[in-house]
Amino acid sequence: MRSDEPVMWNRRRALRMLTAAGACAALRPAIAPAQQRAILTRPIPSTGEALPVVGLGSWITFNVGDDTVARDACTDVMRKFVESGGRMIDSSPMYASSQDVIGYGLRKAALTGRIFAADKVWTSSGTQGREQIERSRQKWQVGRFDLVQVHNLLNWQEHLPTLFAMKGAGQVRYVGITTSEGRRHRDVEQLMRSQAIDFVQVTYNPVDREVEQRILPLARDRGIAVIVNRPFRQGALLRALARQPLPPWAAEIECTSWAQFVLKFIVSHPAVTCAIPATTSVAHVRENMNSAYGRLPDEALRLRMIAAVERT
Amino acid sequence: MSEWWTYRLTSFLLFSPSTYYRMLERYNLAIWPAQLAGMAIGLAIVALLIGKRGHHDRIIAGLLAGCWLWIALAFHYQRYAQINWAAMWFAVAFACEALLLIVVGVLAGRLELQLARSGAPWIAASIVAISILGYPVLAPLTGRPWTSAEIFGVAADPTAITSVAVLALVRGRIRWLLLVVPVLWCAIAAATLRAMDAPESLVVLAAGLLALWPAVAGTRHHAHDATR
Repeated sequence: MRSDEPVMWNRRRALRMLTAAGACAALRPAIAPAQQRAILTRPIPSTGEALPVVGLGSWITFNVGDDTVARDACTDVMRKFVESGGRMIDSSPMYASSQDVIGYGLRKAALTGRIFAADKVWTSSGTQGREQIERSRQKWQVGRFDLVQVHNLLNWQEHLPTLFAMKGAGQVRYVGITTSEGRRHRDVEQLMRSQAIDFVQVTYNPVDREVEQRILPLARDRGIAVIVNRPFRQGALLRALARQPLPPWAAEIECTSWAQFVLKFIVSHPAVTCAIPATTSVAHVRENMNSAYGRLPDEALRLRMIAAVERT
Repeated sequence: MSEWWTYRLTSFLLFSPSTYYRMLERYNLAIWPAQLAGMAIGLAIVALLIGKRGHHDRIIAGLLAGCWLWIALAFHYQRYAQINWAAMWFAVAFACEALLLIVVGVLAGRLELQLARSGAPWIAASIVAISILGYPVLAPLTGRPWTSAEIFGVAADPTAITSVAVLALVRGRIRWLLLVVPVLWCAIAAATLRAMDAPESLVVLAAGLLALWPAVAGTRHHAHDATR
């Protein structure tokens, strides 16, 4: 994935500078003018490497099999995502053909060296973990994964030691765990306290805010990066919100759609590193990526955003 | 699977409805004109049921077995498994059903269809006819192109519904063994379509239950006879 070290070093330095700019934008009140058009980033706490706050998920959307027309459409989405400054693409062996489709798109659009490749290990067998990660890597057609996560904590007892060993050997750069839709939060917390993980992936949006109570504060305390999945509740949240007009004050944080409204709410939480909405539409990826630019809401505005969403 | 009660039907859906229907379209285009053979087999089964002779049961079993084996390989294994890893297991189940039909129906000759009971054959014939001639119409009726139509013999859902209707007429307890996979498939298909919010889910569920009725009624009929 990142075989070209000098390029990586330069990119890292550049992104760190952008992080500082992004952090300033995030910390400043919502009324602060957005003169900076650099993409907003957050540092991965364990290294300081900067990541753009909006990534790209692949659950359902990239599972299109060997359909060339659909694969090309996914490639267009990936191309637009990277052109818009995005880096993290997330997948899993559970997502059927999604990994193959990502590999197809990365090769076709020559994006391989420009992304942050995040995948998962998803097997109940501890001994098959390495094998599965290698198969996934071949499907992605990358040199190595930046991040490998234990999917839904499945057999984390055997997979985490494997991933830490791979990280030690330089075969992956970061290690993480995932859950979704509020499942097994107690176990997630326990692992965040007891294991030297770099990332945790959870569900968070203006409706699903349970992680605000313990997991997000714990992530800050422990220096763990947070990836947010299901930002739109697989589209259901946006469909519900679409029945209401966007509040006029959303313009204060440069939101022109409910999708941007939701994403800006998520990534403005100080513990969140990156949200990973999934889409098959170039227009939607453009709209999502616009959320990674400009002003973010301050705490007062975040409360107003919650109230606006809960009214619908 | 921990906290299983928190999962919904949609939690298990790995693909979008548009991907699923695109797969059906591409499958139909790839196998054309196999659909004509499927329709011909379906109509042949109806004809064999109506003009029933002793050896017809073996032919019906053989024809159904061929359809189940085709779907196991050409649909589940080669196509559906690309977007749903569970389809590998569906392929195995469909191949097992084909094997069962060959062993029980063709080789052992134990697929004895009882058409004498009042009502049951008509229900079966109606379900078979609807599933063969009517099921393909669901595609345009639900706003999909004809090219994504599901045809008996090559598509899983109408083949399973037809098989339930035919196998529900089999005499003896062996019918329950033959019905396991077709009935399970109707349930899986209805659940998948429900998760996709597709109206066809109700059609599969209703047709499957109606097709199963002669088997249930037959059991009750025999139980009643035994107590007299």
